[in-house]
Amino acid sequence: MELFADYTLRMVALGSATLGLVSGALGSFAVLRGQSLLGDAISHAALPGIALAFLLTGSKVPLVLMLGAALAGWLATLAVMGVTQATRVPYDSALGIALSVFFGVGLVLLTFIQKQPNANQAGLETFLFGQAAALVHQDVLTMAGLGALALLGLAVAWKEFKLLAFDAAFGASLGLPMRRLDVLLTSLLVLAIVIGLQTVGVVLMSAMLVAPAAAARQWTDRLGRMVLLAMFFGATAGMSGAFLSSRVERLPTGPTIVLCVSAIVLVSLLLAPNRGLLWRGVRAWRNGRRLRGEAVLLNLYALAVHHDRRDHPHERGVLDAMSPEGPTGPALRKLAARGLVRQVDATRWALTPQGWHRAAQLARERSIAAGPATDGEAAP
Amino acid sequence: MTPVQLEIQLVAVLVAVACALPGTFLVLRRMAMLSDAISHAILPGIVVGFFLTHDLGSPLLIALAALTGVLTVSLVELLHRTRLVREDAAIGLVFPMLFSLGVILIARYAGDVHLDTDAVLLGELAFVPFDRLLAGGLDLGPRAAWVMGGIVLLNTLFITVFYKELKLAAFDAGLAAALGFAPAVLHYALMGLVSVTAVAAFDAVGSILVVALMIGPPATARLLTDRLPWMIGGGVVLGAMSAVGGYGLAHLLDASIAGSMATMVGVLFGLAVLFAPGRGVVAAARRRAAQRWTFAQQMLAVHLLHHEGTPEEADESAVDHLHAHLRWPPGFARQVVHRAEQQGLVIRLGDRLRLTEAGRALARHSVRA
Repeated sequence: MELFADYTLRMVALGSATLGLVSGALGSFAVLRGQSLLGDAISHAALPGIALAFLLTGSKVPLVLMLGAALAGWLATLAVMGVTQATRVPYDSALGIALSVFFGVGLVLLTFIQKQPNANQAGLETFLFGQAAALVHQDVLTMAGLGALALLGLAVAWKEFKLLAFDAAFGASLGLPMRRLDVLLTSLLVLAIVIGLQTVGVVLMSAMLVAPAAAARQWTDRLGRMVLLAMFFGATAGMSGAFLSSRVERLPTGPTIVLCVSAIVLVSLLLAPNRGLLWRGVRAWRNGRRLRGEAVLLNLYALAVHHDRRDHPHERGVLDAMSPEGPTGPALRKLAARGLVRQVDATRWALTPQGWHRAAQLARERSIAAGPATDGEAAP
Repeated sequence: MTPVQLEIQLVAVLVAVACALPGTFLVLRRMAMLSDAISHAILPGIVVGFFLTHDLGSPLLIALAALTGVLTVSLVELLHRTRLVREDAAIGLVFPMLFSLGVILIARYAGDVHLDTDAVLLGELAFVPFDRLLAGGLDLGPRAAWVMGGIVLLNTLFITVFYKELKLAAFDAGLAAALGFAPAVLHYALMGLVSVTAVAAFDAVGSILVVALMIGPPATARLLTDRLPWMIGGGVVLGAMSAVGGYGLAHLLDASIAGSMATMVGVLFGLAVLFAPGRGVVAAARRRAAQRWTFAQQMLAVHLLHHEGTPEEADESAVDHLHAHLRWPPGFARQVVHRAEQQGLVIRLGDRLRLTEAGRALARHSVRA
């Protein structure tokens, strides 16, 4: 019994990792090209292909069903492209219609199949939500084979796809067949989606394309690194989701994987260096603090230039009144720590020689930035 | 037709009409995929509401789920506004997460109650007549008909009251904001309406087919008209047609009613794409073909006028040489000449062509224009 559980876990983890690797790589391109929702449409549209493949062949061999799914997904993509080019229907409406209509046709076919006598149809509806626990050796082999094919295709035409994603017009001017490359890349995307249907199902497959790529995008500005990171994130989410759902009762694998990948996205959005929201907040706070300090220093300078002595002490109350941000105590203490001001007594502060120097420099910089230099007096 | 069949069709039509009304504005404002996001993301709201009320039709559940829908839209906007992800990626991140949350909630805590993910995703219209609204022992018909009827009324009322504002926001959002129409408030009100409609409809047609009914009929109507009132009306009528046609198809195949309705939506949309007067694929192809002939005849007339009275006239206007001068395939040249003769632009003198007055006028007009 223990051995069986291990076998299942091994298959699920391997399958989910494969799915994460491939969808991370192809999803990166989809996200960069503004086609995040195309994956959603393709995965829904795959349903009638699965049903039709079963109806025509009577077989539930994964390769047959996956080919059917791929064909239907591919057709839906072509339909969306065709309709948006030939008519004035906007892209998003065309996507929504392709998604829901193909899915509806798939539903009709599925229910039609279910009414057929003595058909060995049980299990087709697992494609809706996926059923990772039912993955067997053969499924994983098929997934790995198709996945390797998709990644190979990506590697072979890497440079061309990079051009397609960032500057298709330049590619066309070099004489590259951009339209055919577009179709090829989309076909690889279809392949990546088909691989995941059995594990996470049609509804959640789009998350596996968008989320690892969106997370990876936060960490780097280089395409190669982004794709590798997205593959890593996808595989990590797949494995941890598979592991979690095998340890906890009644935790379906597909949704768990999606929650894992969502967590990775959240962490990336918050913590990624440079782009992360946390660092952005820290930067904004630091800038604000620096600017407040400079403002106080300049105010002190503005007071000092009207006195005979540069280190003439001034009341903090005056500085507070000059500062729109309110009390200047913290800013003054920070400036004192840098040796730019010094506290003369309980309520009065003065510029040090270094402080005078720094303030004069700041005032010059600001007056240059503001326009022609005046007599060097600091603006209030 | 039995009363049960009539009741199913009535509810189907009401769902289609309720969806088409807000759907029109989603299509116009290019937010079609938000309906997909909302119809999936309301799942956790439905589940929590169901735990609280144990009744899929209760107003509290509908309100909770609608709130989840609005929350989805706000989350998408929040994410988009960080400028870290694009809007479509934001949609693709938010709704699968919420949907997964809903599926896990169902799997963990609702194993024994009547609520499963298939039902939410696919719906089952055939069960509608079994859930009846009773008032003091009086059978008032299927409850879904009353709920959806209420939603239709609500949507109609909203669109009637805010017609001007919705129209302006759909066609010129910048002007709407400048005139102080509070586009944000209107936007969230519309999203709330979409959510309420999706929640009320999912029970009957499932969440994915709500998308078909919200986007399909209005997009089809958009192909047929340029006027907003006609587009709203067209969406409603096309939605109702899809509902009734879909029911017939389902009856014929003994298959899912909701799936058949979506199929009919697709059929109607496909027909409109192909045959819409003026802007369908067929009309466009015919227009292009007609323009090709018109242009060729103008070329012919200009060519003849250009060489009229010159020494090369005999050679340039010889019927058998025309194709060489104008670089046309010979067959095409013959047809152009034939058509030009029929329209009285040229006459044939021996083996040469000569412009008529009408032909000369056309040539002069073409050159000048």
